[in-house]
Amino acid sequence: MNRPKTGLLVASLVLAVVALWALAPGLFTAHDPIAGVPAEKLQAPSARHLFGTDAVGRDLFARVVHGSVHSLSGAFVAVAVGLLLGTLLGLLAGSAGGPVDDAVMRFVDVLLSVPGLLLALTVIILLGPGTVNVAIAVGTGSVAAFARLARSEVVRVRRTDYVEAAFGSGGRYPVVLWRHVLPNSLGPVIALTALQFGMAILAISTLGFLGYGAEPPTPEWGLLIAEGRNYLATSWWLTTLPGAVVVAVVLAAGRISRSIGRSTA
Amino acid sequence: MARYLLRRTAQAAFVLWAAFTVAYVLLQLLPGDSILIKFQNPELGLSPRQIQEIRAYYGGDVSPLESYATTLLGFLRGGFGYSIDTGTPVVERLAEALPATAVLAGSGFLLAVLIAVVIAFAAGHSRTSWIRGALLAVPSLFVSVPVFWLGILLIQVFSFRLGLVPVIGGSALQQLVLPVLTLAVPIAAPIAQVLARSIDRVQAQAFVPVVAAKGASRWWILWRHVARNAALPALTVAGVTFGELIAGSVVTETVFGRNGIGRLTEQAVNAQDTPVMLAVVVLAAAVFVLVNFAVDVLFPVLDPRLRAVTG
Amino acid sequence: MSLLDIRDLAVSYGGRPAVRGISFSVEPKEVVALVGESGSGKSTTAHAIMGLLPPGGTVDGGRILLGDADLTSWSSRRMESVRGTRIGLVPQDPANSLNPVKTIGAQIGEVFRLHGRGDRRTIRRRVVELLARVGLSDPETRARQYPHELSGGMRQRVLIAIAIALEPQLIIADEPTSALDVTVQRRILDLIDDLRAEFGTAVLLVTHDLGVAAARSDRLVVMKDGLVEEEGPTSAVIADPRAGYTARLLDDAPALSAREFRTAEPGGRGPAVVVRDLVKEFRTGRRPFRAVDGVSFEVAAGTTHALVGESGSGKTTTARMVARFAEPTSGTVEIPGAGPGRLFRRHVQLVYQNPYGSLDPRQSIAEIVEEPLRNFRLGDRAARRTRVTELLERVALPRDVAGRRPRELSGGQRQRVAIARALAAGPEVLVLDEAVSALDVTVQAQILDLLERLQRDLGLTYLFISHDLAVVRQISHTISVMNEGRIVESGTTRQVFTDPCHPYTRELLAAIPEPVR
Repeated sequence: MNRPKTGLLVASLVLAVVALWALAPGLFTAHDPIAGVPAEKLQAPSARHLFGTDAVGRDLFARVVHGSVHSLSGAFVAVAVGLLLGTLLGLLAGSAGGPVDDAVMRFVDVLLSVPGLLLALTVIILLGPGTVNVAIAVGTGSVAAFARLARSEVVRVRRTDYVEAAFGSGGRYPVVLWRHVLPNSLGPVIALTALQFGMAILAISTLGFLGYGAEPPTPEWGLLIAEGRNYLATSWWLTTLPGAVVVAVVLAAGRISRSIGRSTA
Repeated sequence: MARYLLRRTAQAAFVLWAAFTVAYVLLQLLPGDSILIKFQNPELGLSPRQIQEIRAYYGGDVSPLESYATTLLGFLRGGFGYSIDTGTPVVERLAEALPATAVLAGSGFLLAVLIAVVIAFAAGHSRTSWIRGALLAVPSLFVSVPVFWLGILLIQVFSFRLGLVPVIGGSALQQLVLPVLTLAVPIAAPIAQVLARSIDRVQAQAFVPVVAAKGASRWWILWRHVARNAALPALTVAGVTFGELIAGSVVTETVFGRNGIGRLTEQAVNAQDTPVMLAVVVLAAAVFVLVNFAVDVLFPVLDPRLRAVTG
Repeated sequence: MSLLDIRDLAVSYGGRPAVRGISFSVEPKEVVALVGESGSGKSTTAHAIMGLLPPGGTVDGGRILLGDADLTSWSSRRMESVRGTRIGLVPQDPANSLNPVKTIGAQIGEVFRLHGRGDRRTIRRRVVELLARVGLSDPETRARQYPHELSGGMRQRVLIAIAIALEPQLIIADEPTSALDVTVQRRILDLIDDLRAEFGTAVLLVTHDLGVAAARSDRLVVMKDGLVEEEGPTSAVIADPRAGYTARLLDDAPALSAREFRTAEPGGRGPAVVVRDLVKEFRTGRRPFRAVDGVSFEVAAGTTHALVGESGSGKTTTARMVARFAEPTSGTVEIPGAGPGRLFRRHVQLVYQNPYGSLDPRQSIAEIVEEPLRNFRLGDRAARRTRVTELLERVALPRDVAGRRPRELSGGQRQRVAIARALAAGPEVLVLDEAVSALDVTVQAQILDLLERLQRDLGLTYLFISHDLAVVRQISHTISVMNEGRIVESGTTRQVFTDPCHPYTRELLAAIPEPVR
């Protein structure tokens, strides 16, 4: 009983700190993320430079802190796209049923048949690279997951006795949908939202790493790791530490998703 | 059964067609004239007539609907058009890249299944709660790791620190080890999660204590009774993640500098080479549809209850 | 020496005691019934004897002596050699107690394989013999079939075959028939009796059904809250219960308390429900399946009419058509006074079998009961709140449940909430679909009393759907007996019980344990 709660606490703390990085980076680091001090280049982590410095003497921790805003806002946009489009599609399919359901779900099958990254790359060919485009691209990839979950939840709840009993109590269709079906369907969707938030951060950093996201001086997390690749043999911190931050954030989002999923089950 | 197969085949064909169409609309119709974009570049110094000829060569001078029909027919015949980047047939580029990726993805998938099975069954057998908890935490960790970072980390540790795998050179097998591991980890995670959960669910079913009451050991129950029941949901997930192998190979091949479909995809995106991208997307969709078709057909074999329904 | 001797056994789940120091014994060839309501610890006791407590369960103290061996001190490896050979288990739920992906033959043969008895061919021969012995026709075919191809009763026979395969000295039968129809129940209990006589096996019969226990056991052990309330020879305990709780159980068990039949006073209000030639077909595959096949009956206003039948008889489908949750294929349901469309719901209400499933888990009890009032716009907010309080009082729920959620209530309380909601909009007809079947007997008796009182006070008409003849006998004025979609017999409760005409009705009646007849 005690241990899982500690996990949840740590996860919330990680997300809170990263959110603060994004909102007020100045509180956490005094170093400039863009301008380097060439004399201090490629220094290993120390008390002065927590994460060390890169090839042009920029403080890596400052770059990670300042970069969080790109990852987080991108993930927000991506999740918003997936959540809104996907959940709407799913609710529509689940509550309308019949041919509408069939049509929506076949469309979702199609989305599902193309791997997320390829779908994102396709959207990038269409819209061109850039932070917002990457976020939209990643969001498109999660539409299918949201739609399927939302639909299956609506269908499950609609089959329950209490929904029938609500009709039996004289409820009209929209009232029953609003009062019973929606509140009871959304729990798992919210859990998926938290999970997808982490997945979006992963996907955005992947696209950033491949060079389709922010332009080079920007301290986007994926880009940081890509830049650090050239110094693999000598400066392990340039790739290892930003990546560890990504892992921590994604793990935290997953942990929170699980606890939401459990409390709404 | 025949009717079921027929319906399922029609459905698979529809999804494939629809995936092609969506990708075609996104890649060929909406961006406008990709050939113009590439060849109108003044640095190339081409005259409008030459551009016109090039367009005709690529089939770009016909109406959108006509060009859609031509492309679709081409795909059905196994011709995917010409790469804008290199001017060579897309088929040739795919054929060149495919074997390397097939080896990488195939071994990655097998390793992923192996990892998943070991984790899930160890967790299912374990009675010590902290061991179980630790095992079940592994998949959550696996899904949270960026694939490209994992690859870099492996290179750092095994090549640079420990010197176990040479960075350049080395045998084909040596070159394969780290990419396969990199690719397997994110694929193993969802399979392990679903398998572990479904083992738990099956172990809670009423027939398990009945088998125990016959005098069976925990391992006997897990292996001879629970495994087959728990395999079904895991099989579904394995089918779904199969599509992710191609996506994973994009990152893995880039990180490790290997040639293959993934590398080809990256080059296609950089060069806005839409015919190649279209072919890759359709290939991925085809693999996905085929694998999931196979999974669906396999289901009744594993679960006799489904035979009546589908028959 | 006793075959099985339980001494001061205590079992808990994660620190919460489930069995608190009980002692009893089973002699060779004896049938001992372990009786109690849900949560009494009877199933936990059975599992502890097999050494098969679910995760989190631990034996805290006491001894389980099988012969002169104390099983509580045995390792799990050593217990494996006892299970199947010296103790057999007949489980509760035949539907889920067989592995769905293995053949029947493989699952019976497994007992022999596990204990190294016989080669492949001998095992196959023994399996077929066993299937024949438990009364399954065409045993060779059965051995090749999968569990889903067998009916519930047939599956229970297979499970019995597994339990007796190695001729153990003791069989633990954990609610072996509670999931089965009454006529099947009787045949399964007969089979267990036969086998016991043939092999000289002792049986520990775990059951919530005092009727079954009374009819089938030599000795009774009555449990409540993890303690033994009373123990003694069955006939003595039934005739003269010493513990107050046993007396109450006997009183509440509808099968054992032969009350007066209810008779309708000639009120002359005319029929409240008229059903004519009702037919319902479902399309499954090529041939339509007739779930309800030409059903007609009338229910006089202010009385209770029971639709009785086993699973698959079409009684629930009929009820759902009466409550307009299903469209008849043909035929009519006439309910004088009921409005059209949504207004119908002010007049006719349905109460479900599973009270938990029929209450929205996210709503408070007050919201649930208020819902029909809001839907029909009956009164303003204050008036509705007063009405909710009044309704909760009427179903005898404490005032403070209003703010709680369904999961915080007991099964009986939840069913009271469902009844309060059904009454909210002032209906005249209640359709009760197995409304007391999921409840323990003492709770069941309370809800039946409540229903009777409500009928008297509000002049309600009930259509009461049940598989349980004993319950029906207590609550209904008139009865229709259904079988395979048709009504085979109807009449007043007294007529049907004292002078049944149709052979199916007689079979049903014969299947209820003794004292009620």
